Amino acid sequence: MNLDYDAEELNFRAKARAFIEESLPSDIQVKVLSHKRLNRDDYKRWHQILHKQGWVAPAWPAEYGGAGWSPVQRHIWEEETTRAGAPNVIGFGVNMIGPVLIAFGNDAQKDYYLPRILSCEDWWCQGYSEPGSGSDLASLKTSAKRVQDADGEHYVVNGQKTWTTLAQHADMIFCLVRTDNSGRKQQGISFLLIDMKTPGITVRPIITLDEDHEVNEVFFDNVKVPVENLVGQENMGWTYAKYLLSHERNNVAEVGRSKRELRYLKELAMRYTSNGKPMLEDPLFARKVAILEAELMALEITNLRVVSADDGKSEPGPEVSMLKIVGTEVQQRLTELMFEVVGPYGLPFDAEFLEGVRPDAVTSQDDAAPLTAAYLNFRKASIYGGSNEIQKNIINKMILGL
Amino acid sequence: MDFNLSQEQTQFSDTLRRWIEKEYDFERRREIITSADGGSAQAWQGLAELGLMALPVPEAQDGFGGSGTDMFAIMQEMGKGLVIEPYLATVCAVQYLKQDAGKHTDLLQQVAAGNVRLACATGEAQSRFNRFDVQMTASAEGDDHILNGRKTVVIHGAQAGHLIVSARSDSARNDKNGLSLFVVSADAPGVTRTEYRTIDGMLAADIDFADVRISDAALIGEAGNAAPIMDAASDYACMLICAEAVGIMQAVFQTTLEYLRTRRQFDQPIGAFQALQHRMAQMFIEVEQARSMAMLAAARIDSDDEAERQRVIAGAMIRVGQAAKRVGKEAIQLHGGIGMTNEMQVAHYFKRLTMFGAVQGDVDHHISRFISHPSFCEVA
Repeated sequence: MNLDYDAEELNFRAKARAFIEESLPSDIQVKVLSHKRLNRDDYKRWHQILHKQGWVAPAWPAEYGGAGWSPVQRHIWEEETTRAGAPNVIGFGVNMIGPVLIAFGNDAQKDYYLPRILSCEDWWCQGYSEPGSGSDLASLKTSAKRVQDADGEHYVVNGQKTWTTLAQHADMIFCLVRTDNSGRKQQGISFLLIDMKTPGITVRPIITLDEDHEVNEVFFDNVKVPVENLVGQENMGWTYAKYLLSHERNNVAEVGRSKRELRYLKELAMRYTSNGKPMLEDPLFARKVAILEAELMALEITNLRVVSADDGKSEPGPEVSMLKIVGTEVQQRLTELMFEVVGPYGLPFDAEFLEGVRPDAVTSQDDAAPLTAAYLNFRKASIYGGSNEIQKNIINKMILGL
Repeated sequence: MDFNLSQEQTQFSDTLRRWIEKEYDFERRREIITSADGGSAQAWQGLAELGLMALPVPEAQDGFGGSGTDMFAIMQEMGKGLVIEPYLATVCAVQYLKQDAGKHTDLLQQVAAGNVRLACATGEAQSRFNRFDVQMTASAEGDDHILNGRKTVVIHGAQAGHLIVSARSDSARNDKNGLSLFVVSADAPGVTRTEYRTIDGMLAADIDFADVRISDAALIGEAGNAAPIMDAASDYACMLICAEAVGIMQAVFQTTLEYLRTRRQFDQPIGAFQALQHRMAQMFIEVEQARSMAMLAAARIDSDDEAERQRVIAGAMIRVGQAAKRVGKEAIQLHGGIGMTNEMQVAHYFKRLTMFGAVQGDVDHHISRFISHPSFCEVA
C-alpha cells in the first residue's frame, strides 16, 4: 500500500500546473473563483485553448484526439484545472456524446462530429429527461416515426424534453426518442442526433430558484431528422444511454473542485468576523468545517481508490454511486457553510453583479453577493445525474441483489 | 499509488484470519470471556507463534519492524475476530518503548518473543482524553523516582507484566512540560491493581501507586520531556484502532447484509424494503469512507512530517469515529429484536464499536484537536 504519487505523476502535475498558469485567461479565472456566472464565450474560449494543446478530451482514445493519459493522470489534471479556477469543460460533447459515438457511431458520424466536438464548433446539449420521465427515464414518450417523403427518408420527432442544460447555447442535441411502443419500456428507444436549427424546435428558458437561466424546455413539433442521424441500431438506444450515463459519472466526486471551495470557505471565514474574531476561530463554526474537511479527506482517498482501480473496461460498481452521493453532499455542504459565514450579507440579491453587468456589488461586499444563489443552485446536485436516492437503489442492487 | 495490501501483508492477514476461524471463533471467545482468567494464555501463545508480537517490535530488538500498513492489515483481522487478548495494549505500549528502544532492548525482546504483556497506564480520573492532564507525581530522590497517584481504566492493566506510566516530574497540572514516562514492573512494591470487566468483553484496571520507587533506568526518554513521545504513541494507538474498527465494520456490514437477505417478513426478504435498502446503502458509504481514512492514517503514521501526521490522525479519528457509531447503531436497528440479544455476534461488534473513542478520544475531542492544528486556519 502506497498513497503517494510517483515521480512521473508529480512531474505530470508540474507540467499541467505550468500550462494552466500560462494559459488560463485571468478574467475567466476571476469569475470562477468568485462564483460569478460564466457566459457562452467564457466556456468556449477555455475549450479552444485546451483543444489547441490537444488536452480537451483527455479520456478519448488517442486515435480520436485523446491525450493518452492514465486515470490517475486525468485525476491530477482535473485537480489542477479546478484548483486554478478553470471552468469545467462542458461535458455534453466531450464526456457524453463523444464516447457514445466512439463506441457505437458509424464512420461517417465519427468523422464528422468528433472533430467538431473537439474544436467546440458544435455545442451539444442532452435530450434525456421529459416532464413525465425523471428518475424513471425509460418511460419517455417523445416519439420518432420513420417516414419516406419528397425530402428522402427521415424521422419525424414530436414531444418535449426538459431540464436541458444550456440548450440556449447549443448547436446540436442528442435525444432519446421512442420508436416502438410494443415491448418493455426500455425496448423501443432510439438515439438521435438533432440539429437545433431544424424547423419545429422551440427552446424555452426555465428560470431556476436562483434566478439563473441554466436549464430549458425543448419542444419538438414535427421535426424532421435525417435517418443518417440515428446512432447505432433502431430500438437499441437504451443500451447507449446507459453507456453514456456510466461516462457521465466520470469525476462525479468533484474532489478537486471541493478542495478549492474548502480553501475559499476558510478564506471567507477568516475575513468575516463574529464577536470580533474570525468565524474560523469560532469553535462552533470551526467544528462544522472540521467535520466537512474530514469527509472530504476521506472522499479524496475513496476517489483515488476508484480511479486507480479503473482499468477502462469493467462496469462501474457501487462505489461510483457512492462517489456521486458523497461528492454532492460535500459540495452542498460547502455552499451552505459559505452562506452561513456571511450572515446578513446572504440576504441581498444582486443579479446585475452576478451577470457581470456591474463590476461591484451594490452592498460593496463583492465576495458575499454570489453565495446564497450558489447555495440555492447547488440543491440540484443531489437531484441531477440520477438522484442520490436512485444512487442508493443502484448500490443496493449491486450489494444486496434484491 | 497502490491501495492494495502487498503479497506479504495479504499472506500474513490470511494466516491470522484462518487462525481466528479455527482457534478463536465466537463460541471460543465467549468461553474465554467467562473463564476465570478472562483471557487465554494459549491464544496469546498462538498469536505469538504467528509472529504478531514480533511484528511491531523493531528489527534491532528481534522484531519484524512492521510498518503502519502492516499493522493496518493485522488490526483489521483482529477486529473481525473481536480478539480480546491484550494485543492492542501491548502494541500501544511498544510504541512508547520504541522511541527509546536502545534503553529498553531487553523488554522489547521479551515482547517480540511473546513472553510479556504490556499496558499503558496514562489516564487518570480527571484527565478524560487529555493525556497531559497528569496529577500523578514522580519526585526525584537521588537517581530514583518515587511515584504516587492513581491511574484509571487501564486496558488490560491487570494482565500486564509491565506498565507504561506517565507522571509529573515538574510543572502544573495541564502543562505539556514536566511529564515523564516510566516502565514499571506490575509487581513492584506499592503497586495495587483493582481489576474489572469492560462492556466490550475485555478487562481493565484502576492502579494505585503508593511510594513506588523506580530507578532512572526505567525512564522512557528524558525526565520532564515526555510529551512528544506521548503524542507519537497516542497517534499510533489511534491508527491501530481505526484499522480495527474498519475490520469490525466490514464484518458488521456483511452480517447485516446477510440478515437482510434471509430474514423474511410480509412474505419477502426484509432487504426488499426500500426503507431498509437506503439505510444499508448509507452503511456501505460509512464503511468505505472510514476505510479510506484508516488507510490514510496507516500510510502517514510513519511520516517524518509530524504536523501532517497529527492532522491526518485527528481527521481519521473524526471520520472513523462517526462511522463506528453510525454503523453499530444501524446494524442493531436493521437486525431488529434479535440484535438486542447477547447471543448474537453483531451485538458484540456493536459494543466494541461503541467504545471506539473511549480511550483515545471521542469525535469531539479530535475535532477540537483538528481545529487547533496550525494548518486549520492557514489559508494560503
